[in-house]
Amino acid sequence: MNKFTRRAFLSTGIIAGTGLVIGVSIRPGNRAQGLQELMAGEDETLVHAYIKIGADNVVTAIIPHSEMGQGIQTSLAQMVADELDADWDLVRAEEAPALDEYANYAVGKGFLIPGAKFPDIIVPSVDGALMQIADVLNVQVTGGSGSIRFTGELGSRIAGAATRQLLVQAAAQEWQVPESEIETEKSHLIHRASSRKEPYAAFAVAASALTPSYTPQLKRQDQFKIMGQQVQRFDIPAKVDGTAQFALDVRLPGMLYATVTRSPVFGGSLIATKDEAARAISGVIDVYELPPMESNDMIGAFAAGESVAVLAEGYWPAIQGLKALDIEWDTRGNETVTSDKIFAQFDADISAAQNRETDSLFGDADDVFSTAANIISADYRVPFLAHTCMEPLNATAEVKDGRCEIWIGCQNPLGFRQAVANALGIDAENVTLHNQFMGGGFGRKARPDYAIQAALIAQRAGRPVQLIWSREEDVRQDFYRPAVQSRFRAALDNDGNPIAWENTYVDKHEPIEAPLIPYAIAAQNIGHVASPTHVPFGAWRSVDHSQHGFFTESFIDEIAVAAGKDPYAYRVGLLSNHPRHIAVLEKVAEQAQWSRPLAQGRGRGISVQESFGTVVAQVVEVTIIDGNMSVDRVVAVIDAGFAISPDGITAQVESAIIYGLTAALHGEITIENGAVAQSNFHDYEAVRMDTAPKIETHIINSGHAIGGAGEPGTPGIAPALANAVFDATGIRVRNLPLNQFNLRFGVEDAGVVG
Amino acid sequence: MAVLIVNGTREEFDVDPSTPLLWVLREKLALTGTKFGCGIAQCGACTVHVDGNPIRSCNTPFSAVQGKEITTIEGLAPSSEELHPLQSAWIEHQVPQCGYCQSGQLMSAAALLASNPNPDDAAIDSAMRGNLCRCGMYGRIRQAIKTSATYYEVASTSELTATAQEVSGE
Repeated sequence: MNKFTRRAFLSTGIIAGTGLVIGVSIRPGNRAQGLQELMAGEDETLVHAYIKIGADNVVTAIIPHSEMGQGIQTSLAQMVADELDADWDLVRAEEAPALDEYANYAVGKGFLIPGAKFPDIIVPSVDGALMQIADVLNVQVTGGSGSIRFTGELGSRIAGAATRQLLVQAAAQEWQVPESEIETEKSHLIHRASSRKEPYAAFAVAASALTPSYTPQLKRQDQFKIMGQQVQRFDIPAKVDGTAQFALDVRLPGMLYATVTRSPVFGGSLIATKDEAARAISGVIDVYELPPMESNDMIGAFAAGESVAVLAEGYWPAIQGLKALDIEWDTRGNETVTSDKIFAQFDADISAAQNRETDSLFGDADDVFSTAANIISADYRVPFLAHTCMEPLNATAEVKDGRCEIWIGCQNPLGFRQAVANALGIDAENVTLHNQFMGGGFGRKARPDYAIQAALIAQRAGRPVQLIWSREEDVRQDFYRPAVQSRFRAALDNDGNPIAWENTYVDKHEPIEAPLIPYAIAAQNIGHVASPTHVPFGAWRSVDHSQHGFFTESFIDEIAVAAGKDPYAYRVGLLSNHPRHIAVLEKVAEQAQWSRPLAQGRGRGISVQESFGTVVAQVVEVTIIDGNMSVDRVVAVIDAGFAISPDGITAQVESAIIYGLTAALHGEITIENGAVAQSNFHDYEAVRMDTAPKIETHIINSGHAIGGAGEPGTPGIAPALANAVFDATGIRVRNLPLNQFNLRFGVEDAGVVG
Repeated sequence: MAVLIVNGTREEFDVDPSTPLLWVLREKLALTGTKFGCGIAQCGACTVHVDGNPIRSCNTPFSAVQGKEITTIEGLAPSSEELHPLQSAWIEHQVPQCGYCQSGQLMSAAALLASNPNPDDAAIDSAMRGNLCRCGMYGRIRQAIKTSATYYEVASTSELTATAQEVSGE
């Protein structure tokens, strides 16, 4: 199936709802052919970040990122506004449209809203920033949670600072005073000696005629006035009164509705559709067979078989029609695949270790193991997971006169636009994509299958169509968080110190550092073997960190226990080269009162994980009585370098923990007869109000380069929870989800919800 | 011709009586604040009030609520100039992330407060466990409900309570 490739590492950048990577990737010489075509014949510069200044002195930050809950449009506006010395009360944000013109500043200047006083000279500085981003990504080979640390740090702040300088320059010329005598404050230019004070708006036009600095002076952290402050998110008022518009809320005149299905057995192709019963349902208009889909787009690459769609006057007749279809699929031999067989294959492939590739190799682990007296071994595994965004996949499209207009919530607007154009056989310039608020994304809304389906249905219908997936289709046609098995060995010296660490797991994706450990162990051999399955997979909040964080932070706990040491102190003792890790661990131990005795039946566990440039430590407390577990409390400490939006980062940590906790407690997509066994929230459960723990989040502003916020809270919750279960019961949880364990007897009872 | 009273307004339209209320609201009346999440009453995104009681509109046939008073998120605030106390508390606690589930959360919470102005944690658990939030904002929802309850206490005999009850149909 569609395997992540090296070039697709950038895809992780969109997990937290970023569109940044598009801008980064479109450069001559870049390997991303699909996107490169967007730039045919044009120069290499791109603009994704803009600033408008209105006659009313309102500053509008145009944000090149999608909003799927992370509050990014507010946070990036903070970064623009602070460097600009803007009056926060007069700052607004708009999402950049998904248009070539916006991906190309030469045309982009002309595209900007007529009448807006846009200092177009900031454009080269933003281009410069995007080039820098590209370099950073190319060198670091990481991605994910990138909106603030890349766009914000290298785009928004530079745009804001450069614009401020231009306004000062324009005022200095008009007032005939030195630039150094002009101050800026709350969207005003001030020259105290001559008692002059004018709003930015007065100089916006003049500033737009000047040439900007590529490297404007940025503020020091102690000069920040808006970054690091608590501000209200722009999008929240509309989200409490029902007016926030999601893609599902788009209403067009004459619009019809549709729903779809694909082969339940992945990779299946369509043989025949009997649709008489469906067509007989009142309100059903038509039944379409849609062709197989594929996209080679660097971010949303995928392949899928045919779909069958029912077009109707409403969703209700459409879904009734879909249920009435009798569809015959060619399942191509995959109908015998089960989760058990997949895990047996993983186990065999790890044991065979054929063509094993190493991620990290130093010291002579083999030699250490051959002589070590104390060796600990363990196999861990995690299942496939679906994303289950609250908003089921949907898109509304209209195709006429060789053009397509599509309304959708997606994490990759330009990539989706290209995918739709390819499917319709038209140029991308003839596709207009209106990105809406997303009701969750988590990585799922990076794959354009639902956009392509909507466009194809609308093309055939000749009218606007809103395609709505059922929840069942959403659960059964996902691009799943991959299932993984991971095998460990560790050798301890006579004092219980680890002297060798060996790890082999199946299937490597991104980020590449996910299976690596921060601990000072002199001999390490970490590697992977290929073990492909027919199950489509994709990025899921925190990507490979979600699996490897559980594995490595659980196994280090096992080692600590085997050494007879305190898991917290043991970690700290092995992290002398990682002061940020030590700092978050010390803080979390203090806040959670790590050494406080717990009552019988209670337990606590700890974890520390770096991901996306951010370090998070967590302590989880559980109570387990008569086999029934409650997760009582999670204390988290996050060091993202500097928290631009402290409440925003706190909310992201809370969200990431609940998302990871849902997976750890309940999350399991099982394969039976080649297809997904689960279908909806009754059998793919999630943490709810009555089972959600109290979460206490603490922020450390270490001053380190800014890291991500949307994902880093997720990897550490599962291991901290499993370690807490061990602390309470002595049961070592090496397979997730936890609900398959009988915690009373310590028996793994797979498949039975306990 | 089918008849509904939605947010105080009488609406007439043609529809198959088996159609769930959710799709009537969204497709016939363009009241899109009420969301589709699962279709089987497992997530609560479609919660509205029928005669003041919270129900899942995704599996409630339209025919079962004909002639009854429906309140949706669009009708929760007492007026266009004024928010429901819960909405204010939601903003104060910056509850929504993606926001998709929040109409349903607010309607469940409003029904809770209308019957129990000062709910304890167990009451909140019981009233809210039917509403999923995949962004995991349960802690903030709980705090916002408690904050809102204090508004009710402060204004226990005032119009706030009266308004809330009126909105929820009591």
